[in-house]
Amino acid sequence: MKPAPALAEGFPDLSGMRIAREPHWFRWLSAALIVLVLAEIARAFAAGQIEWSYVSRFLTAKVILEGIVNTMVMAVLAMALGIFLGVVVAIMRLSPNPVLKTVAAGYTWLFRGTPLILQLLLWFNLALVFPTIGIPGLWSARAVDVMTPFLAALLGLGINQGAYTSEVMRAGMLSVDVGQYEAAQAIGMGRLRALRRIVLPQAMRVVIPPLGNEFIGMVKATSLASVIQYPELLHNAENIYYANSRVIELLIVAGLWYLLVVSILTPLQMLLERRFARGTLRLAR
Amino acid sequence: MTKPLVAIRSVSKSFGEFQALKNVSLDIRPGEVMCLIGASGSGKTTLLRCINQLAAIDSGGIWLDGELLGVREQGGRLHRLSEREIGRQRLKTGMVFQRFNLFPHKTALENITEGPLQVQGRKPDEVRAEAVELLRRVGLSAKADSYPAQLSGGQQQRVAIARALAMKPMLMLFDEPTSALDPELVGEVLAVMKELARSGMTMVVVTHELGFAREVADRVVYMDQGAIVEQGRASDVLGTPREERTKAFLSAVI
Repeated sequence: MKPAPALAEGFPDLSGMRIAREPHWFRWLSAALIVLVLAEIARAFAAGQIEWSYVSRFLTAKVILEGIVNTMVMAVLAMALGIFLGVVVAIMRLSPNPVLKTVAAGYTWLFRGTPLILQLLLWFNLALVFPTIGIPGLWSARAVDVMTPFLAALLGLGINQGAYTSEVMRAGMLSVDVGQYEAAQAIGMGRLRALRRIVLPQAMRVVIPPLGNEFIGMVKATSLASVIQYPELLHNAENIYYANSRVIELLIVAGLWYLLVVSILTPLQMLLERRFARGTLRLAR
Repeated sequence: MTKPLVAIRSVSKSFGEFQALKNVSLDIRPGEVMCLIGASGSGKTTLLRCINQLAAIDSGGIWLDGELLGVREQGGRLHRLSEREIGRQRLKTGMVFQRFNLFPHKTALENITEGPLQVQGRKPDEVRAEAVELLRRVGLSAKADSYPAQLSGGQQQRVAIARALAMKPMLMLFDEPTSALDPELVGEVLAVMKELARSGMTMVVVTHELGFAREVADRVVYMDQGAIVEQGRASDVLGTPREERTKAFLSAVI
């Protein structure tokens, strides 16, 4: 064997030398500045016209706790309705049937095109349009009795959410390779079975981050249902300050609860993402 | 003469302005291994996809096992079959794709059992045992619980072959099964296909592997611009081609 050719001179041996830590002066300086500003804001609020004892007293008041429970019940139910509608409408939108396609596009257009608060008010005041509702000859009732704040909020929030979720689901389904549909067809699957068994499970991985976003939005959107007397968190907080005039204190109470709930939801989303990441390279090591 | 398993008669197919198949007629006999060769855009893959109804033909007819595919003749007109009926017809063919198209959220074993369990509704124990046997046959017994992302391209394609075989098809279609593979992985997939050919399976293989065609194919069909230019025994078509276009293609490929 021939010896390797001699290496050129003038290139010193660097093995054994470490990369030095930089002092990062600017980071320290900017962090110190931010801490100062935050401390000043905290001091201002502490000295301002806020009775903090009211905040701590009402933070765990029964009415507030009932409010947060109602908020979460509504957020979960409305989101469930929204996801159900979203999946159905996304499938309709991607179907070859022009009637289904048009209906789906029209639904999305209508409910994305009007403000949510307006939709809630419309549902709640449905009795003005239809004094009685029901199935002719079978069942009927006065609309004011049926359209409770709960039902009006559920329909308003859920149907509106469905319009947004359908676009999220459609994006997820489009992200799945066409070859997956073809492979499913090649083993004899019909369109719906291929969607349910092959396409949707893969789409889930893509849609969970935006759906988590949407759900966080939903938790806060339930506060709009306060205008139709649904006893959610903000509505109950308002009722208290109408009585005791502690407006800012109760708004802070409500704000703290929303922050807490959203803080808990973020790690839950991580768990869900991990569940649907089966078989992807990042998890497969 | 034996009845053909697949009879293709005067089939045409266009994608917009582009005519992918021009009046193609062909018989595929039971147990035959046929290789379709030709340049890209020659219509060989389209022909394969039409046999499996992943593409619908514009005119002509394809019969599989005596049954007209995709349409029903009634009162002098053709009526398109329902999705369910087309699904049933597809069960007679197995398809292997260029890019494998394994289901990434399912293990190798689950990829194989999905069709028999979900589509054919067969018993889980029986299906599982058959899937284990199929994995052994393609040399991947140890990979039953691996996800596709954990397998090499050659391993994925062998799982894809097992997945197609699990449906017990009468006919196997291969669409450039080795084109997406690194060169050192081509051999293991071809070996599985050779074994399948020896077992008597009827196979239509779109391929650029002329060595495989020469060794395994009973018949080689050369296509160009949507039409069959030349066909015959592999040694004849590949060794002593008659048509100028075939000669030009072969000299460009080799």
